[in-house]
Amino acid sequence: MNRTVIRGKVWKFGDNVDTDVMAPWNSLGLPWEERRGVILHSRPGFVDQVQPGDIIVAGENWGCGSSRENAPANLKELGLGAVVAESFGRIYFRNAIAIAFPNMACPGVHDAFDEGDELELELETATVKNLTRNIALEGQPYTQEMIRIIQKGGLMNVLKERLGVSAK
Amino acid sequence: MGMTMAEKILAKASGRDQVQAGQYVTARVDRMMCHDTFPMCAIALKRLGINKFHDPDRVVVIVDHYFPAPTEAMARAQKLGRELAEEFGLKNHLGFAGICHQVMCEQGFVLPGTLILGTDSHTTTYGALGAASAGIGVTEMNYVLATGELWMRVPETVRFDLQGSPGPGLMSKDIVLHIAGRFGTEVAQYKAIEFSGPVAAGMSLASRMTLSNMGVELGAKFAFFEADEKTIDYLKGRVNEEIRPFGPDEDAAYEVIHQVDITGLEPQVSLPHNPGNAKAVSEVEDVPVDQAFLGSCTNGRLEDLEVAAKILKGRKVHPKTRLLVTPASHRVLLAADKAGLIQTLLEAGAHITPTGCGPCPGGHMGVVAGGEICLSSTNRNFKGRMGSPEAEVYLGSPATVAASAIEGRITDPRKYWQETTLSRGDA
Repeated sequence: MNRTVIRGKVWKFGDNVDTDVMAPWNSLGLPWEERRGVILHSRPGFVDQVQPGDIIVAGENWGCGSSRENAPANLKELGLGAVVAESFGRIYFRNAIAIAFPNMACPGVHDAFDEGDELELELETATVKNLTRNIALEGQPYTQEMIRIIQKGGLMNVLKERLGVSAK
Repeated sequence: MGMTMAEKILAKASGRDQVQAGQYVTARVDRMMCHDTFPMCAIALKRLGINKFHDPDRVVVIVDHYFPAPTEAMARAQKLGRELAEEFGLKNHLGFAGICHQVMCEQGFVLPGTLILGTDSHTTTYGALGAASAGIGVTEMNYVLATGELWMRVPETVRFDLQGSPGPGLMSKDIVLHIAGRFGTEVAQYKAIEFSGPVAAGMSLASRMTLSNMGVELGAKFAFFEADEKTIDYLKGRVNEEIRPFGPDEDAAYEVIHQVDITGLEPQVSLPHNPGNAKAVSEVEDVPVDQAFLGSCTNGRLEDLEVAAKILKGRKVHPKTRLLVTPASHRVLLAADKAGLIQTLLEAGAHITPTGCGPCPGGHMGVVAGGEICLSSTNRNFKGRMGSPEAEVYLGSPATVAASAIEGRITDPRKYWQETTLSRGDA
């Protein structure tokens, strides 16, 4: 079995962080330099502090709200390695999988991490570890289909393979 | 064992006799709805070398978020959308007919018992007609357009039995804000909802659509009402198919059944910045209102405009408040005009805009500035949703919006309106 392991430093967020603060409507379609500054604007300064590979640990209902794929896409483009939350808004969650951005639900994760702790996520086994505090948690496992979508680099690549198209 | 509405539809869509909550299936999608996202989808598929959809006749395209085009770039995108619709052989590019969800229902694209996916979170609206309908993003829509199917988890179902007798001033919006406040906006996360009970049965289709529409604000994937005689009446003349009642099996298994007694329920208002921050209107009176907005896929229907016109007839919008009214579709606008409602609203000082999503998602035609307060008949009041992150958005029913527009502050609609759009007692 393949092992997809993601490690990173944790930033913590609370409950009900919605898609509209991840991707405000008036930022959709703007070039990256103009769009970047308003991502997660409910937490001023975050976009300037976050480093590539960092991981967000969040409370309940991360990504509630809109169907805009820009929400997980913005976070992925910001360089975040993953989001591990108590629970997700379902459309956001599906969008994240579809664009191969690892997001995993893991009950208990919010209490198990302090900001700055080191998190390790293994996708295939849905194992979430706090390497700083030596705690291991069980996330909600992905289906084979979801693992395949992530490993292929997104649903568009799965589609390409299925239809046997090679054009770029 | 019996099946819920979600289980029945996903069993049929995946070619099985029986499915159960928790199971994963590949489901055949009966209809796909794209709004302003359509050019993005079509271009992404063309880049892959895919030049035809799996079944173009199942696809409906409606432009609503940016109608009328506020910028040249948007006008170009809409022009491109029309060209791509032609190239892909779509017969249902409806252009500017109104807000996608209203148009899908009123023009007969929603049939009970079918599975519909759309590129908008409020696609749950079609559950009011007994359809399993959910929002997805553009990448998943690309996959559905190309293949006609998508993986889905069969959801557990949470049932809300709506009982009791509505007091004066009550609309279905108040019930759903109350549910969001009492049970939380995660109550149906990843799950289906079935609204049932005598109050649900007595509701008009317009009132049902408001609840199903806001199902997504409760976390739901689908938000059903049974398709009953009222549904069949509504669909007469809109669809060619013969429509039969559709509901759950009697012995279907629910994760939980919540009893919601609406007797004595006051009109509700949700405070910034979450629909779950619901309070009785009497607790938030006196909050000043800069902009009152009546519209959206949640509450821009004829029933909503009728209530607002009744309240505003012979009265004036407060000089410090602007009231914007955006009918949910061109048909709604036409019907409201024929009924004299537009005249009444205009005389009261309301501004009538063309149909579309308007300021609800913060695009244009009434976005709000920092420091302003908007009382809105829409579905979500997230920070920055309708414009500035420093603005405050309160959610309420059309009646509460109209009454508040008169006084320039959040106002109990019962002061001006003693009726209800819900039926009293046993329906």
